[in-house]
Amino acid sequence: MSAFSAIGSGEQDEEIDRDAFTPGIEPQPTWCPGCGDFGVLKALKGAMPEVGRSPDETLLVTGIGCSGKLSSYFDSYGMHSIHGRSLPVARAAKLANPDLEVIAAGGDGDGYGIGGNHFMHTARENHDMTYIVFNNEIFGLTKGQTSPTSPKGHKSKTQPHGSAKDPVRPLSMSLSAGASYIARTAAVNPRQATEIITEAIEHDGFAHIDFLTQCPTWNKDAKQYVPYTDVQQSEDYDFDVTDRREAAEIMHETEDKLHEGEVLTGRFYVDENRHSYGQEKRSTGEMPEEPLAERYFDEDYEWERSYDLLDAHR
Amino acid sequence: MTGSELIWRIAGGSGDGIDSTSQNFTKALMRAGLHVFTHRHYPSRIRGGHTYVEVRAADHPVKSRGDGYDFLLALGDSFARNPQASGEAYYGNEEAKPLSENLDELREGGVIVYDEGLLDADEIEDFDERVEENDWHVYPLDLRGLAREHGREIMRNTAGVAATAALIGMETDPFEELMNDRMSGDILETNITVLEEAYEEVDSKDFSHDIEVPTGSHDEEQVLVNGSHGVAYGALDEGCRFIAGYPMTPWTDVFTTMSQHLPEFGGISEQVEDEIAAAALAIGASHAGVKAMSGSSGGGFALMSEPLGLAEMTETPLVLVEAMRAGPSTGMPTKPEQGDLEHVLYTSQGDSNRVVFAPGTVEECYEQSREAFRIAYEYQIPTIIAIDQKLAGELVSVPASVFDREPNPDLGSVLTEEEISEAAHHESGKYNRFQHDPENGVSPRTIPGQSGGRFLASGNEHTPQGHIEEDPDNRVAQVDRRTRKLEAIRDDLDGKETSQQTPYGPEDADHGILVWGSQQGTVEEAVDRLNDQGESVKSLGVSDLMPYPKEEVTEFLESVDECLVVEMNITAQFRGLTQKELGRFGEKMSSLLKYNGNPFEPAEVVEGFEIQINGGDEPPNAQVRIEPAAGD
Repeated sequence: MSAFSAIGSGEQDEEIDRDAFTPGIEPQPTWCPGCGDFGVLKALKGAMPEVGRSPDETLLVTGIGCSGKLSSYFDSYGMHSIHGRSLPVARAAKLANPDLEVIAAGGDGDGYGIGGNHFMHTARENHDMTYIVFNNEIFGLTKGQTSPTSPKGHKSKTQPHGSAKDPVRPLSMSLSAGASYIARTAAVNPRQATEIITEAIEHDGFAHIDFLTQCPTWNKDAKQYVPYTDVQQSEDYDFDVTDRREAAEIMHETEDKLHEGEVLTGRFYVDENRHSYGQEKRSTGEMPEEPLAERYFDEDYEWERSYDLLDAHR
Repeated sequence: MTGSELIWRIAGGSGDGIDSTSQNFTKALMRAGLHVFTHRHYPSRIRGGHTYVEVRAADHPVKSRGDGYDFLLALGDSFARNPQASGEAYYGNEEAKPLSENLDELREGGVIVYDEGLLDADEIEDFDERVEENDWHVYPLDLRGLAREHGREIMRNTAGVAATAALIGMETDPFEELMNDRMSGDILETNITVLEEAYEEVDSKDFSHDIEVPTGSHDEEQVLVNGSHGVAYGALDEGCRFIAGYPMTPWTDVFTTMSQHLPEFGGISEQVEDEIAAAALAIGASHAGVKAMSGSSGGGFALMSEPLGLAEMTETPLVLVEAMRAGPSTGMPTKPEQGDLEHVLYTSQGDSNRVVFAPGTVEECYEQSREAFRIAYEYQIPTIIAIDQKLAGELVSVPASVFDREPNPDLGSVLTEEEISEAAHHESGKYNRFQHDPENGVSPRTIPGQSGGRFLASGNEHTPQGHIEEDPDNRVAQVDRRTRKLEAIRDDLDGKETSQQTPYGPEDADHGILVWGSQQGTVEEAVDRLNDQGESVKSLGVSDLMPYPKEEVTEFLESVDECLVVEMNITAQFRGLTQKELGRFGEKMSSLLKYNGNPFEPAEVVEGFEIQINGGDEPPNAQVRIEPAAGD
């Protein structure tokens, strides 16, 4: 019997529904009333039964901040890690056990600011995992400071004269870094959000979702992301999601328009042909075919000894 | 030359093949039955600059580089030569650096072979006077010309080794054997021709020196390894199959050794974007059920401070290596120092706990690397192996049997699915991962993917299921439990058959020397010399730094009148730790400190000890400092 019998059990288990991912444990979410983060939780819970994964075969790694609390309100194996570091924790877990469903989540400060370097490199490596960034254009839990996605001119206690910086362009960053699935959705669009998270989890490669979450407490000036346009549903937007150049163009347009008050959501880039990092690493012989984590439970496995390496030293 | 030993120094520029040539020479000596100990001195640059490697070979076990040396092979720096100009070697304005830089430590009666094709002794003002004064025997040889004549210029190292062999009475066979192992085809043949021709040419001359290679035979088979090999092989034998890192001298040696072998062992090595990521990856892999490690040197380790706290709070086993070099900041990248002790002991947020080992020899590197994994996984706590540039890079001969141990892939306190089904769960179905009251503080963990074992590992203070909780009763229970682990680990280590501390010298000695980490062997040689000259002294090499071996060190300090604490830093960090942990002995301990970028030599410890006992306060030389005991 496998040491990880929860893995793969989901598909057969018809009992899996969104309630299976509710911890049934205090505390209930401490997010503010009207917070967009509820939308992420709801969409994620809705997606899991769709992909047929159970709580015990799922690992959710979060960073710090309001978004970081997602792992408290979503029942699975979890790690509530440190600010900006959810990706390196998550991608190692995926390498250690590729059969696990690994999802990472963080906020816009967490993902595009303090963890920006990790974001770039995880996308570049194209790890087979899903990364949800709660983008509310503000620091929430530290009480309303300017974030990397805050619009230019945004005033806060740390930038009282208004931010002199242009906001980051998360979708364009993601594309140039190498993510193979890039989408933007919004808490105000629960059906699309669930669909996109489902697709992202099923995607074999690094799937980045820029998830627009309104912050009713600290970002009253921010667009509340309504009305939004779903680029896949709209006749005004006709582009090929598998074409890098077209994707780059529409992403630029999307990012410009967000600050002009027009919200575009949907899938912007999907590359099904690029191999995930795990696949690449296995093909160069730098990673075993079988999940490494299984080996520690296999009593018949013969462990190599360093003694066999000594010939070079004699 | 003292007794039956020889210290040979090869000097030249970085990139000149000094390292590989010296390794071959060392191996040949080891194969000939001698004990060997090497010392590497190199600048932080790729090509040029002054570099040397010293090889000490003896018929008895050697524990340090020794003092001074007997034989200099001075090569020129070919890579720095400007082919457009004169074709001669140059080091900026210091053309004869491999000669001039090395003369101070050459012993009386010593031998100098220099490549007259590249170096000119006339350029050193007082060369002839010094040669006469010290009774040195000088053999200028056109090594470059020899190499050119019989093969290729780059093979002048081979010619130099051949000349050395001829001059000290070694055969060429062991070198040919080594070349056969590593080369083939034309390269092999040409090298052998150069070797033989150079040997014959030198051998046909008359020598007046009396330096020759000692003879010896080992009781058991030896291997040539350094502390980095020790740490890496210990990790592999303990079932470590995941490493994440970022290159930084001198940690890189451990990292590359692991990276070289992990794929063939079915493991994974990841070179990542920075050290924060590296430690976080090791935590992620460990959380997912794989034995994992990371590491760095001072500056990179500073970045790991935050993930170190995460590992402690989430009780995720983690092994980190800190290969120290001189600081602060980037300091001196290629020079050893023991200045990061307090950094490894106390870095990271809050009242955090970790276990710190500081092996003193290559054997201890292997042993304590294994121990670091055992403790980390058994007790779910971060462990740190603190070594330094000296221990990490010095190749020494060690009995192969040191590494002859069975693997231990045991994940420690992890439940099987069967055990999970019987273990306590919250009514919601979540596993009680962080229970309040296990006796030794260790609450067993589950691995993602195991049925019924889900929990949250939160870096925030948390409930038994891992959910964020600031309730004062829960907080106290969790902090107490995590802290309790250190007492349990101390009991565990104390209960072992063999102590990790290394006592040396007569048990009833009047005086003591306390030492930690890489200076242990040097101090032991000093202890021998001091006792030979009528002093009464013993030493204790301390390798457990946290939890501190209070009983053993107390016993040691109580048994001596005075104690010298030897360490490579200016602030006497280890002495401070000892006083803090034991709460006394301030009046008994004085310090011998060195922080010039070079490790202690036994003679400096001998002199430092004599000064301390005789009540002086003048250090043995300008490079060493004495910090008197409290009240002195």
